[in-house]
Amino acid sequence: MAPDTTTTSVIDVSALGILVTTLQRRGFTVIGPTVRDGAIVLAELTSADELPFGTGVRLDGGRYRLRARDDRAAFGHAAGPQSWKTYLHPARERLWSAPRDGSAAPEPSGTPRSMVSTGASTEPETYPASGMSTEQRPRYAFLGVRPCDLRAIGILDRVLAGGAHPDAAYQTRRDGILVIAVECTEPGETCFCTSMGAGPGADDGFDLALTELIDDDGGHHFTVRIGTEADADLLRDLPHECADAATRERSAQAVADAANNMGRTMETAGLRELMVRNRNSTHWDDVASRCLTCGNCTMVCPTCFCTTTEDVTDLTGEHAERWRRWDSCFDLDFSYIHGGSVRTSTASRYRQWATHKLSTWHDQFGSSGCVGCGRCIAWCPVGIDLTAEVAALRAAEEGSP
Amino acid sequence: MPRPKLAVWKFTSCDGCQLTLLDCEDELLGLAGQVEIAHFLEASRAVSPGPYDISLVEGSVSTPDEAERIRHIREVSRTLVVIGACATSGGIQALRNFADVAEFRSIVYATPHHVRTLARSTPISAHVPVDFELRGCPIDKHQLLEVRTAFLVGREPNIPRHSVCFECKARGATCVMAADGIPCLGPVTQAGCGAICPAFRRGCFGCFGPVDSPADAAVNVAALADRLRAMGMSEDDIVRVFRTFNAAAPAFADATGGVR
Repeated sequence: MAPDTTTTSVIDVSALGILVTTLQRRGFTVIGPTVRDGAIVLAELTSADELPFGTGVRLDGGRYRLRARDDRAAFGHAAGPQSWKTYLHPARERLWSAPRDGSAAPEPSGTPRSMVSTGASTEPETYPASGMSTEQRPRYAFLGVRPCDLRAIGILDRVLAGGAHPDAAYQTRRDGILVIAVECTEPGETCFCTSMGAGPGADDGFDLALTELIDDDGGHHFTVRIGTEADADLLRDLPHECADAATRERSAQAVADAANNMGRTMETAGLRELMVRNRNSTHWDDVASRCLTCGNCTMVCPTCFCTTTEDVTDLTGEHAERWRRWDSCFDLDFSYIHGGSVRTSTASRYRQWATHKLSTWHDQFGSSGCVGCGRCIAWCPVGIDLTAEVAALRAAEEGSP
Repeated sequence: MPRPKLAVWKFTSCDGCQLTLLDCEDELLGLAGQVEIAHFLEASRAVSPGPYDISLVEGSVSTPDEAERIRHIREVSRTLVVIGACATSGGIQALRNFADVAEFRSIVYATPHHVRTLARSTPISAHVPVDFELRGCPIDKHQLLEVRTAFLVGREPNIPRHSVCFECKARGATCVMAADGIPCLGPVTQAGCGAICPAFRRGCFGCFGPVDSPADAAVNVAALADRLRAMGMSEDDIVRVFRTFNAAAPAFADATGGVR
């Protein structure tokens, strides 16, 4: 039966618990927001009780703080320190392993980890990608995907799974992931998805889209829309009823209000050209005087996808493995080619990131690379604000004769 | 084919980095099978004569005698790898570089004229060419094994030159600067430890020293110091956080007003 995408349903907050157990019964590992270590992180949920009910956030450049909310909202918070990239495009991944003597063909990743790779002894295992049977591989249900992140997943899909050479490991992980979006009704102080056309409503790319509604008398519901590609049975196990016109209107209004309540804005008219024109702007040196080149902005960015590979051998030299890990245009070695690194100055590295994100990404992948989630602002240790830097470039142009 | 000869040498140090080698318990037997441990006084009195294929050098040069000895070790070593903050930046004993050693000596010792020490504690690279510098106070066991393995098979060691934040984010830890307002040196400190402290919600202490970068692209320690100041840290405390195990590493020393 084709899903009925035209009807909006309404569920009580208690249905979230049923939703999580239903997904688990269907074999999904449910990932969603939960409070841990002073932040709302993405982690495996064993029950809906672990959602951050009643917890909100306060954000600013280089600053993220949890706060108690006046209500019991589960999704009344902006983007946290991680994005779904952590699960779709993990920080470390073994690509293959092989014996030196050629007695066996290189094995793709997914076999048990047989050696310690370089670097951190305490790094967690990543989720194996290809080479693992369907039964072994976790099948994820993402619960609580914010519209900015929904857009970011769409961008990762185009970058990594689109084009002439799709990334098989990404595709394998991506296939079969169930996406339950929650529309944004309370953006943070560093948010600007409205500017980037990436929220706060969810248009497509989800199986279910929820909108959280809290009544003055404490009633707590969600309106539910079902996605065009979704499994029509998804709603069957949840107690739900058809949303009346007033509820639908309230839900739409909450999202519309959010759109007008962004903490930041970025003027996107002519932005691609602005970035290209400003290749030699002295403003990059101004940013460089503040930037630590630590790479945090790229690692928290939900669309930054760059990786490098590392070859490791075991103690005996008899076994070799190739690992892929996140890399960053802020890493000096990122632009290392024969003879040295191309981008050594901080100015050139920040310019590369900002220009790719906002301008050349269009040329390469047909859209902006920025979804306005604000993570790069909140998690920059020194609070560098992409929206402010772009505004400064614009102001310098307008101020010049 | 004879096994390559490995030697381990100690200069001014606490021995913690040598202990890291002994701490490779699961790997030690395999290691001993592949190389002849020809000189490693912390492990055995048995010493074989040089030359040595790989020398691991721990500690800084802080006495006239050490300045001579390192030249000899360089001469008898095909590959010289220096390990730990003392050997790569002068160690915590390089705090003397910011003060007057003669004055200390006159106050601390009953017979100061017996103490033969240099005015500065310096890294091994200030005295002889080194083939590789492995950071850390102490070094990371896995990085040590990686360097050793890489040199034995003749490939480049896989030791990234980027900030602790890379490892912090990769392990999914939440930034203690942004979320807790805890001062953290991670953004300007070289990775390698696996971001242990931030993972336990402590700020990074900078044990691995400033991010390895060329002089014309030195890591921006001053900007982090500005941020620490804005977070309410006093000038004295800012000097103290950078003047620890890698106090004399140029990027850290410059941020605290430079050496004497």
